Amino acid sequence: MTNAVPALGQREFTRWFWRQLTSMRTALFLLLLLAITAVPGSLYPQRSVDPRNVEAYFIEHPKSAPVLDKLGFFSVYTSPWFSAVYLLLLVSLVGCILPRSFVYLRALRARPPKAPKNFSRLPASASFETEASVDDVLKAGRRTLGRARVDTVTEGDVGELRAEKGFLREAGNLVFHISVVVVLLGVAFGTLFGYRGTAIVAEGQGFSNTLAQYDDFGSGSLFNTDKLPPFSMTLDKFTARFQLTGPQRGAPRAFEATGRYTPTPSSAERPFDITVNHPLKINGTSVYLVGQGYAPVIKVTDAQGHVAFDDAVPFLPTDPSYTSTGVVKVPDAKPEQLGFQGFFLPTAVAGKDGVAISAFPAAANPHLGLFVWHGDLGLDTGLSQSVYVLDKAKMKQYMGSDGKGFPVSLNEGQTQKLPGGGTIQYVKTLQFVRFQFSSSPLVKVPLFGVAAGVLGLILSLSIKPRRTWIRARREGSRTVVEVAVLDRVPRDDLPADLDDFLQRFRESLGETQETTQ
Amino acid sequence: MTLAQYEQISNYAVASATVILGLAFIAYVAQWGFARNVAPDHALVEAGGSTSKPAGPAEEADRSDVAGGIGLSLTGLAWLVLLAGVIARGLSAQRVPWGNMYEFGCAGILVVLSAYLVLVRVWGIDWVGPIITGFGMVVLGLSALVWVPPGPLVPALHSYWLVIHVLGAMIAGSAFLVGAAASILFLLKSRAERITPVDEQVGFLWRIPPSAVIDKVAYRVHAFAFPIWTFAALIAGPIWAQYAWGKYWGWDPKEVWAFITWVVYACYLHARATAGWKGRNAAIIALIGFGCFLFNFIGVNLFIPGLHSYAK
Ligand code: HEM
Repeated sequence: MTNAVPALGQREFTRWFWRQLTSMRTALFLLLLLAITAVPGSLYPQRSVDPRNVEAYFIEHPKSAPVLDKLGFFSVYTSPWFSAVYLLLLVSLVGCILPRSFVYLRALRARPPKAPKNFSRLPASASFETEASVDDVLKAGRRTLGRARVDTVTEGDVGELRAEKGFLREAGNLVFHISVVVVLLGVAFGTLFGYRGTAIVAEGQGFSNTLAQYDDFGSGSLFNTDKLPPFSMTLDKFTARFQLTGPQRGAPRAFEATGRYTPTPSSAERPFDITVNHPLKINGTSVYLVGQGYAPVIKVTDAQGHVAFDDAVPFLPTDPSYTSTGVVKVPDAKPEQLGFQGFFLPTAVAGKDGVAISAFPAAANPHLGLFVWHGDLGLDTGLSQSVYVLDKAKMKQYMGSDGKGFPVSLNEGQTQKLPGGGTIQYVKTLQFVRFQFSSSPLVKVPLFGVAAGVLGLILSLSIKPRRTWIRARREGSRTVVEVAVLDRVPRDDLPADLDDFLQRFRESLGETQETTQ
Repeated sequence: MTLAQYEQISNYAVASATVILGLAFIAYVAQWGFARNVAPDHALVEAGGSTSKPAGPAEEADRSDVAGGIGLSLTGLAWLVLLAGVIARGLSAQRVPWGNMYEFGCAGILVVLSAYLVLVRVWGIDWVGPIITGFGMVVLGLSALVWVPPGPLVPALHSYWLVIHVLGAMIAGSAFLVGAAASILFLLKSRAERITPVDEQVGFLWRIPPSAVIDKVAYRVHAFAFPIWTFAALIAGPIWAQYAWGKYWGWDPKEVWAFITWVVYACYLHARATAGWKGRNAAIIALIGFGCFLFNFIGVNLFIPGLHSYAK
């Protein structure tokens, strides 16, 4: 017996807590909280959006960044506090939808309620007298009410019309709230079972969909990376067009990547044509064109006369004129490994201080400028290394006679001797494309969810649920008619169209006299 | 006509529209000012033969009405001129005239003025005129600061979803603006109704509808705008993003603020249905919502880097 009391208390507490959680006030509070907690994600760089910006923030704010990181400010939308708010909101939403759905189903079958005794207590009411009989008044009322649910009740010489309309409002509202749940679940599913990655592919090169070929890759926690769809593709040609004249000279106009792909290892090769906004779909994976640049083909012959390197090297663009930076690593060079670091200019012109700059994004006068290091590239340490960064810890730079770094300066087709022996040749200019590969299964679920939600919203916000009562009482040779309306939501106190209704009502009775409100 | 001529016409038209809208604003302010001493129904003052306020108020009321009429006519004229400017801009760029921030400003204000003129006819809301014209004048003026020559769009913007997405956002935004203007007047008027003794009820605030009516107008425009905003920000935007970046939602700052705006307006709709929140608090939430919308349009473009900021 003594145990029963706390148990009851607990159940009561649970019930109380549930009622609080599913109350309108809590929903309001949680929505506001959601809006506020979403703000930091737009002010601080986000890992999921651009991890490089996060690194830059760490460098600029070495003191505060680690603290902010602990608090989740660089991955706000997966942080515990943001998740807590939307999960609570989700629970509150479900707890709100369920009882309301039952109430709604019951209301669908219910009859319109009885008229209150005193109409003048209602926010909007009016009365008038007419020659017409009670019966005629009720019939006219029925006609004027149109498509409402109406009950007619007559008791002695008093007739009453009870009408209710606007049931679709609540239906729309429920559809909307349910669709919010559907969207959230759909998004969660797509995220958990989806993957996304990018890879750089130069003209003439291929890509096959395995983890090793990605530059960066991320997947949902329930996605099995061994099950990447086994397609492959080859980029044949990339075409970029830029504005040639006018004030927007150099602005990009069109990008197009063409090539061939095989959806599965056993299927035949098919052509593809990918442009911005027009991805290629392969077995549930979409392939997007998200970036581009130049990949000069560089050939390095070492001091012993062997060709140690001959390949296209992507240089990453750093400005709208495609001034690009890049690194060439030649681990096969003998006797020492070689490393090059420098820049690529698609349209090189002499700048003000003699330093060459790029004047236009297209490759009209391509130029390669590099510095040279020799020694150990540090590739054997077992640590993975970025292909875009030269680890100079165990390397020495070749210096020129002026004491500055020895410069390699090449136009397309040119060859230059290296200080330690051997040559470097800038063979030709290819372009590269950065493809994004992504798959989020059931992507249509959130889409149709929001679409249904909008339709529900429109019903919910445009339909007025309204109760109308008409009471007619025979008094001598005349009939006293009273009318009252009650708008339920939005809780309008003074329905403005009562006058309009009365006018139509009386026209339908063949009357045009004054009404007292 | 050549593209350059269209460009010139567009520039002149937008500049003229800005000036005309400024004049409309002045006329509306004059309407407000002239009504300083006017009681809600000046006929009553006359009938009572009020000696404390001789013929003055009636004359002032007339003057106020005339100024209001001029304000409305000038707004109509500004609309016409701006329409010409926006169309000429489209002709000179040979695409829809909303592809960068300058064009959003012009086309957006065109939609705002259209919404205002329609609603003046339907619900007689000319009392928000001072706020609408003042706001329009400022936005058009600021747009001139981010003017760029007309030209084609970068490839990522080549999509009819862009057309739909931006048009939807502009329509919703215009209604949000009208809603915000009504909410401001609601706050002023309901406060005035609470604290002003009957015999001091003079001035423009007493010539506009009672706060309950203003509140209803505010609700209706928000109820109109919210589904459109939902469509523009949460359907058309993600579809376009899915095509362009392979990611229907990436928590880009622009998306974040579109989402925040949406949530705040959902709050507003909830607040209107929650006891203790409707009226004043709901109106304040609506204003916060409009603040978020504006910040998304201006602040995010200018101050926060992101995928969308190239639409400057
Ligand atoms: C993700 C969270 C939510 C969103 C985005 C949302 C959004 C909305 C919107 C836009 C409306 C306006 C439609 C209308 O007025 O008919 C609305 C109405 C309503 N919501 Fe929510 N809501 C959410 C959560 C909730 C929760 C948790 C509850 C439970 C308490 C709730 C209860 C209601 C009710 C009762 C209405 C009808 C208001 C009226 O009488 O007009 N909502 N909601």
